[in-house]
Formats: sequence, C-alpha cells, structure tokens
Amino acid sequence: MNLATAKTTRWLGRWLVLAAGTLAWQVWADWRHSAFFPPPSAIGAQMYHLWFSGPASYLSLTPSATGNILPSLARVAAGLGIAVAVGAPLGIAIGRSAAVSGYLDPLLHFGRSIPAVALVTVFIVLFKLGDQMEVAYIAFGTIWPILVNTIDGARTVDPLQVETARVFRLSAGQRLTKLIVPATMPKFFAGLRISLSLSLVLMVVAELTGSTDGIGYLINNASNSYEMTEVWAGIVLLGILGYGLNAALLGVEHHVLAWHRGARRLTN
Amino acid sequence: MTEYHRARALPWVRGLIGVAAFLLIAEVLSVTGVINRSALPPISTVLGQAVLLLGNAQFLGDLAATVEAWMAGLAITVAVGVPAGLVLGSVPGVRSATRAVVEFLRPIPPVALIPLVALVVGPGLRMNLTLVVYAAIWPVLFNTIYGLDDVDPVAKDTLRAFGFGRSDVIRRVCLPAAAPFIATGIRVASSIALIVSIATGILTGRIDGNGIGAFISDANTAGSINPALAAALWAGILGLALNALLLWAERRVLPWHHAYLEESEAAQ
Amino acid sequence: MLEVTDLTHVYGRGSGRHLAVDGISLQADQGELVSIVGPSGCGKSTVLRCIAGLLPPARGTITVNGTAVHGTVPDGLAVVFQDYSRSLYPWLSVRDNVALPLRRTRRGRAQRRGDAQQALAAVGLDDTAHRYPWQLSGGMQQRVAIARAIACDPVLLLMDEPFGSVDAQTREDLEDLVLRLRRDRGITILLVTHDIDESVYTGDRVIVLTGAPGRVRADLAVQFPEPRDQITTKELPAFVQLRTEVSRLIRGQQATADR
Repeated sequence: MNLATAKTTRWLGRWLVLAAGTLAWQVWADWRHSAFFPPPSAIGAQMYHLWFSGPASYLSLTPSATGNILPSLARVAAGLGIAVAVGAPLGIAIGRSAAVSGYLDPLLHFGRSIPAVALVTVFIVLFKLGDQMEVAYIAFGTIWPILVNTIDGARTVDPLQVETARVFRLSAGQRLTKLIVPATMPKFFAGLRISLSLSLVLMVVAELTGSTDGIGYLINNASNSYEMTEVWAGIVLLGILGYGLNAALLGVEHHVLAWHRGARRLTN
Repeated sequence: MTEYHRARALPWVRGLIGVAAFLLIAEVLSVTGVINRSALPPISTVLGQAVLLLGNAQFLGDLAATVEAWMAGLAITVAVGVPAGLVLGSVPGVRSATRAVVEFLRPIPPVALIPLVALVVGPGLRMNLTLVVYAAIWPVLFNTIYGLDDVDPVAKDTLRAFGFGRSDVIRRVCLPAAAPFIATGIRVASSIALIVSIATGILTGRIDGNGIGAFISDANTAGSINPALAAALWAGILGLALNALLLWAERRVLPWHHAYLEESEAAQ
Repeated sequence: MLEVTDLTHVYGRGSGRHLAVDGISLQADQGELVSIVGPSGCGKSTVLRCIAGLLPPARGTITVNGTAVHGTVPDGLAVVFQDYSRSLYPWLSVRDNVALPLRRTRRGRAQRRGDAQQALAAVGLDDTAHRYPWQLSGGMQQRVAIARAIACDPVLLLMDEPFGSVDAQTREDLEDLVLRLRRDRGITILLVTHDIDESVYTGDRVIVLTGAPGRVRADLAVQFPEPRDQITTKELPAFVQLRTEVSRLIRGQQATADR
C-alpha cells in the first residue's frame, strides 16, 4: 500500500467510527424511542428547521440562526481578539524582562488559577447584561493562557540566538520581529489553543446566566421547555462549531509553524 | 548571606514585592474612586471577607463538599480513563480511528450539557460527577495513549532480547515509561474536575448539592458580591493546593522522571 | 588590526569566583589567520566573546581596527559559533538567514538578497537558498553560518570551535573553505579550536593557551608553502615538527597541572 492510499484509508477510518457510532445511535433510538436520546435524524432535521432553512440570500440561515449563532460567534471572536491583542505583546514584554516577570510571576500564577466561571456574576454586575459583558468576560478569561504561555515562550528564547542577533548588531526592532516573535510563536499557539476551547466554555456560561440571545441561551430555553431535540441540536451545533474552530486554528498553526515541526524532528 | 543564597532568594523577594505592589495599587484605585466601589469592592474588603469565610460553617461545609466531589470525580476518571487508555493505546490505529469522534466531543463545553444531563440523570451529585468525568477523562485518556506511544522501542527490544514475555514488557517498560505522562494527564484532569464541579454548582445552585459553586450561587442570588468574590478567591487557592498535592504525590511515586516533567509541561 | 592587551576575566562573585582568563595579550595583522588552541577550560571561548564585545572583560583592553571594544559589539565583526543548529534561525530560509546581518545596512531588499546569494555561492551552496537550515546536513549548515558571516564583508571574523560538531571529512573541507575565503577576501580571522592539527594547518600564527586560568603559553609563527593542502602540507616535516611542538606545549602544561 503506497503512501497516498495509506493516508486516505486513515482519513476514512477516522470518520468511520463516527459514522458507525451515529448509525448505532440511530438504530437504538428508533427502537427505544427514548425521550432523552432522540435519533440523529430527528436532531439533524431539527437543526435544519431551526437554523438552516432560511432564505438563500442569508446563506440559508434563519432569523434564529442570525439572531443567536452569529452573535455568539461574534462575541467569541471579539473576546479572543482582545485577549490576543493585549496578551501577546504584553506576554513578550514581560517575558523578555527577567525583573518584570519575577515581580509578576506569583500574581499571574494565581490569577490563572481562579476559575473564570466563578466570576461571571461579577462581570454581570460590572457590565450589566448584554454583549459588552460577554465580550469582556471572554476576554478576561482567555487572556491568561495566552499571557502565561507567551511569557514562557519569550523567556525561553535560545540565548545563542540572542547572541547571534547581538553579534550581527540587529536593531531592537529587528531583534523583535526576526527573532523574539518567531521564537515565541510555538508556545503562543499552545496558549491560543487552550484559550480557544476556554472561549467556548465561557461563552456558554455567560449565556446560560446572563443573556437574551446566543447558543447557550437557546439550549437553556429548550431545556426549560423540555424540548429535548432542540437541546441536542444546540449541543451538536456546539460540537460542530468547536470542531470547525479548532480545525481552523490547527490549519493556521500548521502553516505558520511549519518550520517548527521540521526543526524539531531533527533534534528529537 | 552568600551570593548563592542571595540569587536563590531573589525570585521570592521579587514575587512578594509584586504581590504587595498589586494589592497596594488595587486598594488605592478603589479608595480614590477610580474603580466604582459599588461594582467592584476594594481588595481589602474582599480579602477581609475571605478570611471571614474561614469561620463560616456553611462555607467550610461547602469547601469540604467540593473537595469530596473532586476526589470522587477524579477517582472515577482515573479508574475509567487509564485502563481505557491502556487498552486503546495498545491497539494500533485506534488513535486515528477515534480522532473524529473525539474532535467533536471535546470542544463541547461540559457546562452546555448541564441542561441535558440534569434532565437525564437528575440533579445532584450524580449530575455533577457525570459532567466532571465527561470533561476530565480526555487528558487522562490521551496522555495514557500518548505515553504508551512514546515508549522507546529500543527499551522494549532489549527486554525481549533477554527473553521476557509480552506482559513483562508492558509491566516493566511500558507502564514505567508512560507513567509520567499519565501523571501529568491526571493533574490536568484534576484542575478540569475542580472547575467543572464548581461551575456546575454555580449554574444549578443548591439543588445540585453542596459545594463552593452552590455557595457562590447563593451569594449571587442574594446579590452579595463580596462573599462571591471571596469564595472565588478560595476556589483559586484550592486549585493551587490540590495541584501542589498531586505534584507532591507524583514526586513520591515517580521520583525519577524530572526530565519527562519538563517535556510534558511544555506540551501542555 | 586586532590588539588585545592584558585581557583578564572573572566569572561569578564572592566565593564562587572563577578566574577564566589571566592577562592574555595577542595581536593580529590585517589578513592574518590566527588560531588559538588549548585544552578545554582554558578560556578560549571567553577570549573570543570578549573580543566580540559580547562580554566586557574584567581588565584589559581590546582594539579592533582602532575602535576600543568593551562589552559592545564593534563594527565590521562577524562570528561563527560552534552550534550551528542553534545559531541559525529555523524559521528563516537559508538565504534569509544569510541576509540577516545585511539588514543593518541600508541596502534595498533585492540587493540584500543578491549579496546573500553571492555569499552562498562563495561557500558552494548557491542552490540551497530556498531551503531551511534544518533540512541540510551539519557541514552544510555550518557553511551557511560561514556565508552569513562573510555576507556583510566583515574585517574581522571570529570562529569559536566552528568545526567541532562536524565529522572529520567535512572538517577538512571546511578548513580549506576558510583558507580560500581568507585568501580571496583578505579578512582577518581568529580561529579558536581544540584540534591541534587544525590550528597548525590553518594558522599563520598559532597561539597556545594553557589550562585554567587561561594564559598565553606560546605564540608560534607558521610558514608553509601556499596554497596549503590537506595531504601535502600535513606531510611536511615542518608541519609535523610544529604540531608536535604545540602538542608538547599543551601536554607539558597539563602534566605540570597533574603533578
């Protein structure tokens, strides 16, 4: 079996288990008619009906979709965007200064371990219910992994690489763009991956407690009305979105850090 | 004090200065009104409240309940996750086959499942544990599989060349080699377990049972932000303490794996 | 063009003090290749780093082309480190790595690329410009490092045990490369090595350093017919004599230390 067929087989195999599992669920649900575990066909139909049966001009999205899914995603994007925009430069600045990171280490360590979920009401009080609150909440929660990991990455730039930059008399700006930032990228992305999953969690938490729209709100609503299929629809949607976002991030990382994989293979 | 002692003490001193400076600045900002006192109480109040909570019987009971739930959840997670990981890890191709399923399930925030699990399993400790195990099992499962993957084939071959059978190889080479990874997975699972347990408590309130989450939920309903913040503070400290506890246990059981520790920490 | 007087350096403070280098004086004329040889721990790398301006010495003066050097990197200097895999930047292509020091100059991007390509051609790697350092063999990576060093036309090239991490075959090729570059470009080169053969083969002068703390044991002139060749030069009685002399100096010093 050559390399191409091997890769395709593996790719098919990955989806095979998922497909088999879904099929098994379908069969079981049709047989048992459980109220709590509707068949995947019903869930799929409900998802289509709720969100994807809209007019073509809106990409087939229904008002429920545009009114709930899009705002949720937008808030996640905004929150994460703020976290990256603040956390990455700050992380590099702190990481490059042994003194500053010495002063801030215990604070960051502690700040990171306070569960953000415990602070959701604080944010509601501070910002009142609404978009602002959710974005701020997500930004606050997701900045920690990015910050801590970026600091670590900036701190552990190979000293020989720094000496090389000194010897060839690169300016501070060149050192930053050609050395520090690329060298910090791997650990930054590790932090970003954690923050991405965390952002979805915080989005749901914020919407379960203090929101009038959003995916979390939909799930909660459906649960209160005992609409099991809708609850499942929301959960499946979260899974798909999470999968898609993670895959997108991995794709970006794959491209940006291609050199890292190559170099590490040599040293391992 | 010698140069050596001075160098060792420096990070501690810097850290303490950092914490002190932060507390001072936060207090000043609050007192001068830069931070709205009605929205966010001054840090001295929060710290004072935190100390007061230690004398609060309800809180102490909740603290104990959370630790109990954490222990139970982590125990179940390890009891299910490690053997499952060992079995799956020894079967070639399992990793790639189950990738799709895992990539869909992982991103679903456990808190999003609260409505579903509450309806299926009923509120209370059972729901809490279900969610905890669901959320915490992934790192244990993965690190076990990854740990087995990483066993040095030369080590295995060496043992086989001396006439040891397959079970011996697993016992004497694979498990000890995989142990550090499994240990790291358990530590990650531990923090997830704590956070999910508390989050569930916050979102479902006291019907879910006792715990720090329930305490915070009560404080939220009563509108008293001080105890909520103080409890969140204690949640952070609890997380650090439990992590330190596991680290200590890890060092006792696996004293030889410091080098591995650096590698797997970097991978987190 | 390089003048070092009474170079002394101490690491650490208090009870952990360690005198690495004690009163070293040496000089190099324009276009000379001076090799510094000595056992491990004799402070060879410390000397190099002080001259490079990476380390301010505790005592002594260093002058490069008339400029005093004390903890700041002087103009017209280039360094080749031993550990090429860590000194080349893995996120830059070979050509971008070589062009890196050229960013300091105000030349345009196209011109910088051209200069980099020329430097790569000078070391025999003109067809690897688009690859990444970690895709190349050890010897080729060190060539890239050398190309990077000569790309900005330095007046002084410092090499810190540059061939310690490559195999013997490659080492000989790289030694000849350095000799050729020196001949073609007239750069002054300071080559630090622990390999006695290498120091005698490449150097116009060989400076022998003793063990810790590092002191100059001898400063020997080398006279071989040019161009040097790995086989014929190493057969010469003058070569054998000189390398034996150096060996004795180093061992003799060690024997004294053991006693």
